[in-house]
Amino acid sequence: MAQETMQNNLEYLSLNKLGRIGYKISHFFTGIPKKANKKIHDVPIKVRKKGLAFNNIFRTLIRAFARGDFKTRLSFILMGFGLVTRHQVIRGALYFLYEAFFILFMVLIGGNALSMLPTLGSLSSVWFTVYDKDGLDIQQPAYFDNSFTILLYSILAFVFIGILIFLWYNQIRDSINLQERSYIGKYASDKQTLKNVLDKSYDKTLLFIPIGGLTIFTIIPIVMMIVIAFTNYDYFHISPSKLFDWVGFYNLGQVFSSTGAGQGTAFLRVFIQVLLWTIIWAFFATFSNYFLGMIIAMIINIKGIKLKKLWRTVLISTIAVPQFISLMLISFMFGNSSFAPINAILMNLGWTESPIAWLSDSAFNALLPKVVIILVNTWVGVPYTMLICTGLLMNIPEDLYESARIDGASPAKMYMKITLPYMLFVTGPYLLSQFIGNINNFNVIYLLSSGGPAFIYDTAHETVPAALTTSGVGQTDLLITWIYKLTTNQYYDYGLASVLGILVFVLVAFFSLLFYNNSNSVNNEEEFQ
Amino acid sequence: MNREGKTHYRSHKRKIITRNVLVYTLLVIVSIIWLVPFFYLVMQSLTSAYNPSVIIPALPTEDNINAGKVVFSFDNYITLFAGMMNKTSGERELVYDFKVWYLNTLIIAAISSIIETVLVLGTSYAFSRLRFKARKPLMKLILVLGMFPGFLSMIIIYFILKLIGMEGNIFSLIFIYVAGSAMQYYIAKGFFDTIPKSLDEAAMIDGANKNTIFFKVIMPLSKPIVVYTFLITFTAPWGDFMMASFLAAGDSTAWTVAVGLRTMITTLTDQQKYFPVFWAGGVVTSIPIMILFFWLQKYYVEGITGGAVKG
Repeated sequence: MAQETMQNNLEYLSLNKLGRIGYKISHFFTGIPKKANKKIHDVPIKVRKKGLAFNNIFRTLIRAFARGDFKTRLSFILMGFGLVTRHQVIRGALYFLYEAFFILFMVLIGGNALSMLPTLGSLSSVWFTVYDKDGLDIQQPAYFDNSFTILLYSILAFVFIGILIFLWYNQIRDSINLQERSYIGKYASDKQTLKNVLDKSYDKTLLFIPIGGLTIFTIIPIVMMIVIAFTNYDYFHISPSKLFDWVGFYNLGQVFSSTGAGQGTAFLRVFIQVLLWTIIWAFFATFSNYFLGMIIAMIINIKGIKLKKLWRTVLISTIAVPQFISLMLISFMFGNSSFAPINAILMNLGWTESPIAWLSDSAFNALLPKVVIILVNTWVGVPYTMLICTGLLMNIPEDLYESARIDGASPAKMYMKITLPYMLFVTGPYLLSQFIGNINNFNVIYLLSSGGPAFIYDTAHETVPAALTTSGVGQTDLLITWIYKLTTNQYYDYGLASVLGILVFVLVAFFSLLFYNNSNSVNNEEEFQ
Repeated sequence: MNREGKTHYRSHKRKIITRNVLVYTLLVIVSIIWLVPFFYLVMQSLTSAYNPSVIIPALPTEDNINAGKVVFSFDNYITLFAGMMNKTSGERELVYDFKVWYLNTLIIAAISSIIETVLVLGTSYAFSRLRFKARKPLMKLILVLGMFPGFLSMIIIYFILKLIGMEGNIFSLIFIYVAGSAMQYYIAKGFFDTIPKSLDEAAMIDGANKNTIFFKVIMPLSKPIVVYTFLITFTAPWGDFMMASFLAAGDSTAWTVAVGLRTMITTLTDQQKYFPVFWAGGVVTSIPIMILFFWLQKYYVEGITGGAVKG
């Protein structure tokens, strides 16, 4: 919409190219108050909508209790009873099974864990003496409370409680609905349920396993990690032999304050440098791959170019080598010594006197290693992009190009007006996921440079905190590899690592949701059908 | 054709020839850049001794061997499967079992890729074609979840697996890979979005339910994306060593190729001796994937849907 009004705006059209860009930028910023105003304006409406939905839930519950027969009322305690007795045996039985599972979990594990959640346990382990058959005494530990499992089980308990409330409400609503429908002689049966599985509620069928897997192996761990950021889970508090405890915002304070691990500005300085490099890296890594891959795919797609299959196969065959092997191979080729192939070749040719430290040169904030890493990443990533783009490019309706050609459009114009919008539309969310993936791209950095070269500290004027020295954070480290170092080095600090993790998360989430909400491919999903 | 037309035709032809020359040169350069490391890998795996500066080993003639040159040999491949030669006893000692790792990875890749392909396509179809209340929030949620640094949660995943008694075997890895399939919906969803909805509607009028539409209407038009998803999910386990090493821990019978090879050069004593073996392992690992890529080539490179859908 905004685009169209801009195209018709005389003021905009009278500008030259540079002016137009400036106009768009200023337009964007002057538009912010208006947008913000609209957002604020929407708030009461949204709140009201939410309130109404909430109100509805309570009204349904009250209606079910007041007007329900004994079957519906019994459903308040015995989940699924109302459904089983009204010909919906399968659904009713499933509800009941969940309730049974929930009670079992709470009695065996959940209740105990929840009761210890505020303190995270009081007694970790006791050492006692046993005598083996030779009469020698051996010290043996007996483990009691384990802060880690207490936390994990408590989170599981919360998730299960949430699911229980959701299911509980659903089955009561269904029960009262079925009851009211039976007054007018309408019945639903298991047959209908089974039919819906493949039709009306097909979304639930398809998404049940993926979302379930996501909940257990992604959402719960993430919640747990966020919670751990508020504890002192580190080298000195390892479960099961030691307990850890809640420390509030202490870890977050370490990153930003001048006391604690911060001690001077060294920590903050390193943090900002790593953050900046992470963003620069993600930007270049994503877009160099994307455009180079697309261009190569387009070149191979040109009509009249022979051996198309061969060119594609050459590139794709590099995917077949597992990434960590090809990365290690390349890090060998770019080795520091004069024996490493690239240095050896360059020295043989006489292009350089001494070996070049491709991946550990620290001049200009380690510019050379950074450039090499981005180039190598292009080598790794382009075949994938090409693979994706090849098919998609062929999918662009040929008549679009034909009519453009008849109108006398140049190839560059056709690319800008047809190819690129189409590709951005189809691959928009993928591009975003690539960007996020690159911010969290562990393999490339870890295997190529391992984060090196090290930061240089002015030890005369600042105390360098242990979080920097023991983790050995280097100039090509991304936040993710730094976090890895924090969690795997000898004096690991999970609390601090999670704080950094959350900071990455907040940063990325903010920008990507901003992009996502304004992205054309999300808002007009059916544009290119 | 008049004179003017002829010159126009000629200049057009000349233009195409220059363009083609340019394009072919470019393609050759690109191919060389992408093949060099690969070539280096194969050559390094065929050397008789570890020496990174050797680009092409010498021929295994008497003179070359006596001169102490690095020569061509298949020794690394034999070592990979039969174990390192012990110089004093003259027998091969098996420090690790590559065959087990290989089989493990093959099983994991085969099972997880099939299940994942089904789940990824199902998720993508649901997000692209079905309209339900939680659709947009779920898509946003999955996007946001991908932003969290993955391995921070590995230790927790390990504990969760322990809770259900699944830790430390190859099936736990299958579990983890399958559980992450919802996060990979982007490409297939983008693809499904470009298939006209009119096809669904026509099928619906004919009385098909959503399941039938998915399998009988959308799937036949989506072979390339099915193949693509399968290939990507099949290749992943061969290269993933972070998650795999974390879950398999110390038990070397549960290692995948990636964990095993990586351990071989990071923890074994005498690492330098193992580097050529490592490269040989890399070549052997690439073979099944390469066969698969060649075999399925016609699906992913020959146009995704062509005119069939657009018509």
